[in-house]
Amino acid sequence: MLLQRTIPLWIAIAAGFLMLASSFLRPTQGLGEDFANAFSVIAAIAFVLGAGSLLKANLAKVSRRDAGWGFAVVTLAAFLITLTVGLFKVGVHPSPEFPTAPFSGSQQAADTPFGWLYEYVMVPLTSTMFALLAFFVASAAFRAFRAKNAAAVLLLVTAFIMLLGRTFAGVVLTGWLPDWASGLRLENLSVFVMQVFNTAGNRAIIIGIALGVAATSLRILLGVDRSWMGGGGRG
Amino acid sequence: MPRPRGCRWWTAVALGALLGAARSAMAASDAVDAEPVFMQERLPLLTWIVCIAGATAFFVWRSRRGKPPTIRRIAALEAVDEAIGRATEMGRPVLFIPGIQDMDNIQTVAGITMLGRVARTVAEYDAVVEVPTSRSLVMEAAREAVQASCLAAGRPDAYQPDRINYISDEQFAYTAWVGGAMTREKPAACFYMGCFFAESLIFAETGNAIGAIQIAGTAESSQLPFFVAACDYTLIGEEFFAASAYLSGEPDLLGTLQAQDAGKLAVMTMVVAGAVTATLALVLAWKDGEPWPVLQDASALLQRAMGFQGASSD
Repeated sequence: MLLQRTIPLWIAIAAGFLMLASSFLRPTQGLGEDFANAFSVIAAIAFVLGAGSLLKANLAKVSRRDAGWGFAVVTLAAFLITLTVGLFKVGVHPSPEFPTAPFSGSQQAADTPFGWLYEYVMVPLTSTMFALLAFFVASAAFRAFRAKNAAAVLLLVTAFIMLLGRTFAGVVLTGWLPDWASGLRLENLSVFVMQVFNTAGNRAIIIGIALGVAATSLRILLGVDRSWMGGGGRG
Repeated sequence: MPRPRGCRWWTAVALGALLGAARSAMAASDAVDAEPVFMQERLPLLTWIVCIAGATAFFVWRSRRGKPPTIRRIAALEAVDEAIGRATEMGRPVLFIPGIQDMDNIQTVAGITMLGRVARTVAEYDAVVEVPTSRSLVMEAAREAVQASCLAAGRPDAYQPDRINYISDEQFAYTAWVGGAMTREKPAACFYMGCFFAESLIFAETGNAIGAIQIAGTAESSQLPFFVAACDYTLIGEEFFAASAYLSGEPDLLGTLQAQDAGKLAVMTMVVAGAVTATLALVLAWKDGEPWPVLQDASALLQRAMGFQGASSD
């Protein structure tokens, strides 16, 4: 219990208070960056565990012929090819500074197999996934903007003001309004909604989040909540 | 009792951080010049932290003395048992996504805490929970949390580490895997608790398409509208951080929620006072043609207390 919970807990508490001190005391100002570096080193080591888990899970899926096992084969192949090409610097040109050393160049250069994989496989796939958002936004908006009750009607009207006000349609539709009623033009209404209603609501949420973050951090720093180490409550 | 696997990682992370801290402090002590040790400009922030910490200690002490606070009902958290029960009845898994950030993000920590509560109920109901993660450290933490929860539920056999996997650090590679798994396995309940970005709507819409009960919680205000539109229940901002304490029902943790509310009351009072003094200063200046320095100073003081650096009485 001492090694599993008590010592890690006290180390975490001490590290937390040191980080806090680094925000207020000049001599400890560089601690934040050092903590981030230490975290990156540990995370990089932990990546081996992640890779092991990925391999194990996908190999098991292939051997059991689970649903979608073909995708597991693709995952394994992509993982192994990228790892090999990147780790062994396949096709990397020597650096101009060290022309005789074959591995001196960077594997991330655009004209290397690793760069090619990134540019012509990774980027298009990522863009494809991101592009799906447009369709999901449309389907979510269709559901959310159905006028079921008074609140939904309000949401629908606000959405129309925003959609029209942020395009030329808004200018075309309400541009004829005289100057004394210019506040009712859709482009001005949309700015008003964003600056007043949206900002007020958003700030209220952000203040709540800030207090929640502070309370959660203090719960952990003071050792009141230990469930992040596993188990319930004070553990 | 089996040894939780992630402890060694926590120890390593914390030890590494402490060593770095010691080195940095030693190096900095040599370089300290004439500047004061304490950063005066951050005094308001420190005051806030001390006040919230004091309120936390007070309300925890009060709760321990047998005066636990009454917490309002949060529909999203009341629905957790219902969602897991539904998954159990349908014989389908529960999907839990702890965001896409690492353990240095407080939202991920809150998500893992929530996972512990969900996993305990899952173990009690004899259901199955799937936890795909986008960071190796989060995978280790999730495994440890689920294992400890299974033990706490008296069901150590319910712990299945193979169901808690690392997928990819890459945002959309992870999204593609989760979306595919949701479509194939059709989980009956989906929990999204942590830090999300553009993938939030892809997850929530896919979950909606397969008819799952969806409960989301995040502090990313830009993603909240997507979750609200596509999920059955959403924990908005502070509710997400209160979830663990709410579900535990422990007096100590509930006491910290009261401290959070006390902080909110203080902020609301200062916002109203600041708005009134600033408005009065403007109105009176407009009426008499001269500013009213007392009100302007009061307004500037409140702004400084709230942490606005550039506030001045000019």
